[in-house]
Amino acid sequence: MIRLEKRPQPSRAWTVATPLLAVALTMVAGGLMFALLGKDPVVAIRTIFWDPLFHEQFASYSRPQLLVKAGPLILIAIGLSLGFRAGIWNIGAEGQYIMGALAGAGVALALYPLDAWFLFPLMVVAGALGGWAWAMIPAILKTRFRTNEILVSLLLVYVAEQVLASMALGLMKNPEGGGFPGSRNLQHYPAAANTELIAGTGMHWGVAAAFIAVIAVYVLLTRHILGFQIRLAGQSPRAARFAGVNPNALVVICLGLSGALAGLAGLFEVAGPGGRINIGFNQGYGFTAIIVAFLGRLHPVGILLAGLLMALTYIGGELAQFMLGIPSAAIQAFQGMLLFFLLGVDVLSNYHIRLGRRRAA
Amino acid sequence: MDFGAINPTVLAASLMVASTPILLAAIGELVVEKSGVLNLGVEGMMITGAIVGFAIAVETGSPALGFLTAMAGGAALSLIFGVLTQVLMSNQVATGLALTLFGLGFSALIGQGYVGVKPPALAKPDLGLLADIPVLGRVLFSHDLIVYLSLALVVAVWAFLRFTRAGLILRAVGENHDAAHALGYKVVRIRLAAIAFGGACAGLGGAYLSLMRVPQWTEGMTAGAGWIALAIVVFASWRAGRVLLGAYLFGGVAVLQLNLQAAGVAVPVELLSASPYLVTIIVLVIISADRGRAALNAPASLGRVFHASS
Repeated sequence: MIRLEKRPQPSRAWTVATPLLAVALTMVAGGLMFALLGKDPVVAIRTIFWDPLFHEQFASYSRPQLLVKAGPLILIAIGLSLGFRAGIWNIGAEGQYIMGALAGAGVALALYPLDAWFLFPLMVVAGALGGWAWAMIPAILKTRFRTNEILVSLLLVYVAEQVLASMALGLMKNPEGGGFPGSRNLQHYPAAANTELIAGTGMHWGVAAAFIAVIAVYVLLTRHILGFQIRLAGQSPRAARFAGVNPNALVVICLGLSGALAGLAGLFEVAGPGGRINIGFNQGYGFTAIIVAFLGRLHPVGILLAGLLMALTYIGGELAQFMLGIPSAAIQAFQGMLLFFLLGVDVLSNYHIRLGRRRAA
Repeated sequence: MDFGAINPTVLAASLMVASTPILLAAIGELVVEKSGVLNLGVEGMMITGAIVGFAIAVETGSPALGFLTAMAGGAALSLIFGVLTQVLMSNQVATGLALTLFGLGFSALIGQGYVGVKPPALAKPDLGLLADIPVLGRVLFSHDLIVYLSLALVVAVWAFLRFTRAGLILRAVGENHDAAHALGYKVVRIRLAAIAFGGACAGLGGAYLSLMRVPQWTEGMTAGAGWIALAIVVFASWRAGRVLLGAYLFGGVAVLQLNLQAAGVAVPVELLSASPYLVTIIVLVIISADRGRAALNAPASLGRVFHASS
């Protein structure tokens, strides 16, 4: 008979080991899935996790892609992790990402063809504000009316997608686009483009922002009173109230920060790799970032590594689609599986596994 | 603009069809939440049910078999959530999200070969004289079996929770799992059963969407229906009768906005398409603003991890 006994404190060793264990288990289960699809599992796993980095033919193309994909994932996940730690569930980052991109691109398109140094910084501010404002809707409804922020933030993703469609077909449509939907390509607008900072690395302003966010949140959580309050509110809401933590302020701060960071991610994407506002511009980074946040144990350094790993599965997935004909949806299922395993093996860090029946005391 | 194109009788009839997937998912989730478990994976279970039911119905030519498999598929997926949250004691919010993310990917994977395929239709029962009643016959008695099944399910869940001993035990587990455990009830087993029931309902709702309402398969076709079902349970203050009201209110908005789009009303199409989500948010706000009611009815152990200390 297997029995679980709660640990007084989560095991430090297992906290580090469980994500690795979950990745290993996912590779096994994913390999099984690929085998069922009629592909060689070993080749498939190698194509996803090894070839993007080390294949002599493709690596030169796919290595820079690693930072391009990891940038937005890390930026969004860092913001989400703050709220998740405090028990505030913003799962609508996808919508905030869209609104940030729209606000930032909107500034650039409104001022086109202005060529000024301040245009890009202005777009960055607008992008952050766009995401922040969208996240303030669930925040205010939560603090003012106690409305569940999970449902509101998620439902607003669908509203944001409609706003995106409306903008791509209407206000922001390229007047020289020959009637096709979609805005001007911001990459062809030098003052507004988010260009590669170091050629051939994929490093752009969004990736730089992600690294800065990692460091800032690390300092916030370990050195600042606000970080302490966030951790306290998540671990013991009652103790937090006695310690004078204002729960409403935390909701506004956590949702606002995660919204602003998601908005920034959207802005850097639309001004950089994405290029234009169009229907389907959002690729689900806002949802994948939830997996990244948990895989990284809600810790800034962990999220950095998890973001890189998740980016690898995106690139490897594309490669596997191209080389082996593995459908892209398989990668999505693969990522979902990873979160399952991660949450499952978490039991090891929170509980002792004991064999045998405990004798009556 | 042509309001004459909108026929109230047809509108009311299609309202019932439009509401059924959400009604099924919401009534299942109601039972799950009454047992003290918050499963945010409704969307994932619905879309899995949608594709599993669709695929089986197409392959076998039997929609009935499709619906049954969809229920089994939804229940199987929900049991992954059940094992993780009840046996391995993972966080319910995160696990539910994982279920949704996985379900969306998994369904897209299976659904690859089924885009653009037309499914076999479920025969409608002939209600004879009833269906010939003017207006009322068209609105109420011209539907397929699943619509009536969903209504019967609402009544059954209401009666189960209110009048049966098993329903009382389920509610006790949801209100205070420690006390229920002390009384000797198998908290984990009862919750697993409730979760599986919720999964089967969500799977059936999803299959109704892909086999009857649309009817075809497209990736991500549930488009937030599972989340709206979750919102409806909150709106209903965890009462079966109000779930029906909420689902039909939502179905009404969904059908009305489609008809307004078709009629070419001078409102942006995107605003109309977003209206079901906006209405859901507004309704949620109104319900939660009422301080006493919403909070009092929520099961007290909702979303809390149960770990038997002895």
